[in-house]
Amino acid sequence: MVAVTKLRAADRHGEHMASLESIISVRGINKVYPGQVHALKDVDLDFPAGALTTLLGPSGCGKTTLLKIIAGLLEPNTGDVLVKGRKVTAPGPERAFVFQDFALLPWATVLRNVGFGLELRGMAETKRNEIARRYIDQVGLSGFEDKYPHELSGGMRQRVGLARALAVDADVLLLDEPFSAVDEQNRRKFQEDLLRLREIERKTFIFVTHSIEEAVYLSDRIVLLSRRPGRVSQVITPQIDRSGSPEEIRRDRAYLDTVEEIWQGLRQFVD
Amino acid sequence: MTLFGYRLPMMSSLVVWCLIWEIVGRLELVLLFPPFSGVLAALVELVQSPKFLAATWTTITTFCIGMALAIACGVALGVLMGRVRAAENLLGMWVNVFASAPLSALVPVLMILFGMGEKTIIVSVFLFAVWIIALDTQAGVKHITPSLIEMARSFGARRFDIYAKIILWAALPEILAGIRLGFIRGVKGVVIGQLLVSIIGYGELFELYSRTFLMEEFWALTIVLFAFALLVAHLVGLLEKRVEYYAGVRQ
Repeated sequence: MVAVTKLRAADRHGEHMASLESIISVRGINKVYPGQVHALKDVDLDFPAGALTTLLGPSGCGKTTLLKIIAGLLEPNTGDVLVKGRKVTAPGPERAFVFQDFALLPWATVLRNVGFGLELRGMAETKRNEIARRYIDQVGLSGFEDKYPHELSGGMRQRVGLARALAVDADVLLLDEPFSAVDEQNRRKFQEDLLRLREIERKTFIFVTHSIEEAVYLSDRIVLLSRRPGRVSQVITPQIDRSGSPEEIRRDRAYLDTVEEIWQGLRQFVD
Repeated sequence: MTLFGYRLPMMSSLVVWCLIWEIVGRLELVLLFPPFSGVLAALVELVQSPKFLAATWTTITTFCIGMALAIACGVALGVLMGRVRAAENLLGMWVNVFASAPLSALVPVLMILFGMGEKTIIVSVFLFAVWIIALDTQAGVKHITPSLIEMARSFGARRFDIYAKIILWAALPEILAGIRLGFIRGVKGVVIGQLLVSIIGYGELFELYSRTFLMEEFWALTIVLFAFALLVAHLVGLLEKRVEYYAGVRQ
């Protein structure tokens, strides 16, 4: 079993090294909010296909703003977002969003929530329920199909949010601090599950967080954003062997060094 | 409530008030108050009379038509004001004015505009009910978690879907609260309208009874109307309870 996962991890690693073409690019993004709040300044970034890229930075650095611009939910003042080389200005089926506050319909069951993205695309009910059940199972929520969001814990709610984003089968998953409203124990479990999910679902992930450990634990690439106005201050590619158990990863030399390196990089932005 | 160790059923305090009414009536202190037993007897007779049944039919149809219009327009107006800033600036003040204005004063004008018939009653039900529905709907729509709408947009929702699948549902608790208050105001509208027009429905009966000092029938009719108003409010309250479970858990 261990050998198999090792092989798979190596395989994935090799694949993403080989195919570094970017699935999403942002070019010259500037975002100024009303009241002259300069959130993002001249951001140029490429997001390689199949990789998990984290946007990391102090709060208020515009990382969520950047993610929402990529999602097409916000419009930049200047600059373009390219998905597979094509300019986009609105949400599209190739991107799916996971929200910080889960954004579940409180009046709908887990099943309908997970299938909601498909429902909006006009898929027939039996078909979308079948797909929804598959992803509910994949995020470990089997048996909760008929529960309502308020009957679930924070961690379980975010699993629903994740399953909903997976169900529409987008190429890119955009996760906006998905674990910040989840308690610490659940967060760790969730992070481990996310790593496992990445092995199954070969998707590109763009992940926003303010937790350095979380970023290093999960990411292939970490983009450090400076304090407002947010700009790219550093891009780090942690070389961490993720084939071991979660405990091994968290004790890994490279893991600890990368955390320290990022902290030194971010230090200057903290008052 | 318990009395001498016995648990009394709900509303049993009403018995006390009925007794007091009966005693005051028996003493013949005021012409206005016949004994309660007489009122009850009149009530039984009243609800069987064809005149009452016809009046009830008129009342219910005008009330329902007026309320249906008020709900449709009120919810639409509220959603518009909740979503479009310009609409809120343009209409908000007037909706607030009408929601708290003594609209009874307008009924005579309505009579001139719509004649001495059912149309006037329908319009007065509508005018009494619509504003509070609009205001509550607006409040509900404005308090929707923005991420729900973002979520729908991110999954490619069309504008219609955002309204039909997110906004109306998320604002439903407030909309229902508005409709309940609207129903109570609508009952006032139908009664006041009928009293002022006074030639149709219960208004005609009230006019007849009070002019000829048929106090027993008068009070019987009043009780029927009060019961009608309470029943309507209670029914909407039941509906509201069914959606309450998520009103409390909205983020």
